[in-house]
Amino acid sequence: MFNFDIETTKETTEFDTVQLWDFLIIGGGPAGLNAGLYAKRKGLKVGIIAVDIGGQLHNTTDVDNYLGFSLVQGKELSDSFLKHVTDLDVPILKQTRVTAISKFDAGFLVKTDKFQDFRTKTLLISTGGQPRKLRIPGEKEFANKGVSYCTICDAPFFKDKHVIVAGGGNSAAESVLDLVPWAKKITVVHRSQWRADKILLDKLDKLDNLDIHLQTQILEIIGDEKMTGLRVLDKTTNEERVISADGLFIEIGTVPNSKFVEGFVKMNDNNEILVDDQQMTSVEGVFAAGDITLQPYKQIIISAAEGAKAALAAMTYLNHK
Amino acid sequence: MNKLLNEEVTNQVKEFLKPMKEAITFVLFTKSGECITCEETRALLNEVSALNDLISLVEKDLEINSDEASLFDVTLAPSFIILDKDGVYQGVKFNGIPAGHEINSFLTAVLDMSGLDYQLDPAIIERLSKIDKDVNIKVFVTLSCPHCPGAVSKAHRLAMLNSHVNAEMIEAQTFSALSQKYNVSGVPKIVINETHELTGNQPLEAFLDELERL
Repeated sequence: MFNFDIETTKETTEFDTVQLWDFLIIGGGPAGLNAGLYAKRKGLKVGIIAVDIGGQLHNTTDVDNYLGFSLVQGKELSDSFLKHVTDLDVPILKQTRVTAISKFDAGFLVKTDKFQDFRTKTLLISTGGQPRKLRIPGEKEFANKGVSYCTICDAPFFKDKHVIVAGGGNSAAESVLDLVPWAKKITVVHRSQWRADKILLDKLDKLDNLDIHLQTQILEIIGDEKMTGLRVLDKTTNEERVISADGLFIEIGTVPNSKFVEGFVKMNDNNEILVDDQQMTSVEGVFAAGDITLQPYKQIIISAAEGAKAALAAMTYLNHK
Repeated sequence: MNKLLNEEVTNQVKEFLKPMKEAITFVLFTKSGECITCEETRALLNEVSALNDLISLVEKDLEINSDEASLFDVTLAPSFIILDKDGVYQGVKFNGIPAGHEINSFLTAVLDMSGLDYQLDPAIIERLSKIDKDVNIKVFVTLSCPHCPGAVSKAHRLAMLNSHVNAEMIEAQTFSALSQKYNVSGVPKIVINETHELTGNQPLEAFLDELERL
């Protein structure tokens, strides 16, 4: 009944602005937190700057593919990560957004949206991603007028309604399951084939109020004051049709939060940061880990592992410098 | 009725409230007859106020005590406001029970009102001090929304820092008619002075941008 998420009302914790950090981590999701853990254990002067803790773990109800946990709430997993890191006294500057990074003689200058700048010898970019948009007509117009990017937040508004879930990965399948207690009917629309785990698809098979339209592309969200449906293209018959619905939950993956390092590190066409096998970016001493990198499988355990790898690689880099 | 807060949560809340500095008062408005979550909200406020000597609870009836209700512009039940150490209403109001994720905005408001410094950027305080029009901020939430408490706390802090501003959480399911009136189908939805809207847990700067446009 209660979901705790606070330890202090302070916008900032003790966070040294003067010292030269060994390893500064930007981002408080699984990659950043695990990097903090590994770096601290190695004895590095490490700190984490984050807008929020847990990142996208907060957008999901259940996690059932993190080794060691058959079923855990996203929030609970995030809390246990945070506790592990704070038990080691890794300083965390919360509710702070990094706006720019630049190079100076001894390392890097990290600018934030607060009135503080920080200096560090090496750094990790692990700012993750945010929900990807369809980028089709009507999406902006009907945002929060039927169109939603957070199923657990907005599902209650669609009680006894017909809703569509856009997407074919695990998040889309989870979204369907989160909507089951509320919606009268759920329709999945996806432009290609399912990518979700079989174990989730088996659960969907058991639903009797679920319609699935694969190979179907969403062209436009239509409506008046609120959305009333979608115009879609059936790619197998090449025919357009309209699916009437009261809501659309968009679960088509994420886009990287990498705008603040545009031009600083090399990225691919999707704005994902390029890294080598040591998680190092195109700039020596700057590492990246988690959903922000070009690594295609956006998974909690992979992000956490990349964070660990980046911290160990930063240690090696500092030792050989 | 069983206790709302189990032993573990009770201990967490108690620990969390330890840094409170000054006394505060909850003024709760309920009504007789059908009232979704009135009982639960009363229980929550009773249980939380029992955990720290600095908190007191006053209960009112929305209809019988209509004078007090209009004094604090309370029109819904359950609804409660938090008064500061001098009994002054700083514009911090909750409509509906702050359970689920909203326990965070509730306890944050308690600590903030009890005199804790939340170390805002001086630039933000400077901008806020220049707002001299009356501002009402409504933040619609669902209890399953992890992004909502952040938006509620920011709105409440703006209210505490500027006497022209008042801010209220509205639990969208309890007050579904009101949610429909404001076309809420995604949360957090922030409505400022009936005309300006924001969605999502926006930074304080985004609130201020809207406030400056009024």
